[in-house]
Amino acid sequence: MSDFDKELDTSGLNCPLPVLKARKALSEMAIGEKLHLIVTDAGANQDIPAFSKMTGNPLIETFEKEDKLHFIIEKGAE
Amino acid sequence: MAKKLAIIASKGTLDGAYPPFLLASTAVALGFEVKIFFTFYGLQLLNKNLNLKVSPLGNPAMPMPVPVPSIVQVIPGLEWFATWMMKRKLKQKGVASVEELRDICVETGVDLIACQMTVDLFDFDEANFIDGISSGGAATYLEFAGEADVTLYI
Repeated sequence: MSDFDKELDTSGLNCPLPVLKARKALSEMAIGEKLHLIVTDAGANQDIPAFSKMTGNPLIETFEKEDKLHFIIEKGAE
Repeated sequence: MAKKLAIIASKGTLDGAYPPFLLASTAVALGFEVKIFFTFYGLQLLNKNLNLKVSPLGNPAMPMPVPVPSIVQVIPGLEWFATWMMKRKLKQKGVASVEELRDICVETGVDLIACQMTVDLFDFDEANFIDGISSGGAATYLEFAGEADVTLYI
């Protein structure tokens, strides 16, 4: 797994809270820093890449571990 | 330039409250500029104290733990029970409350507009509405909707 600067565990939360919380966390981070987002909402497999693409915060890595989805998102330039 | 989302919220039930606030808060997170125009029963969603309900009556698609014939659904308390059941399920499944989503909309700058005509029609007291909302009419909505990338009637 890639290195990260901040971890956000949204286990148990459903759509759209993981996206909303990811946006909030990224807004408090510096450009180039990486967020490790943990999600149990199965729809995140589609939603997080869409969020990443639309907001210009590159998705560095995606993997599944112990029934949880993990995403490493880099804070992009505004 | 930011994409724009224009929503008309016309429903004031618990289930009808989710789509506008959920999509608006998510759209802001995706970089959209968002305006929600509240009309008719949707105006109930602007009250400071939300007391939203869901009714199985006239809604044959609503999943119930046991089948309840329509004639029984008029019994007082059944609507209360259906609402309690729905809220419990939303909480169990980790879905945000309507209040939570609405707060996020307000904090992130979603423009909430009360339809002036229906406010007058139903004698809504604007003092009961949350702070920071504006009012407008059909032309106000269409001016923004005409330039919007997505428009929804809910």
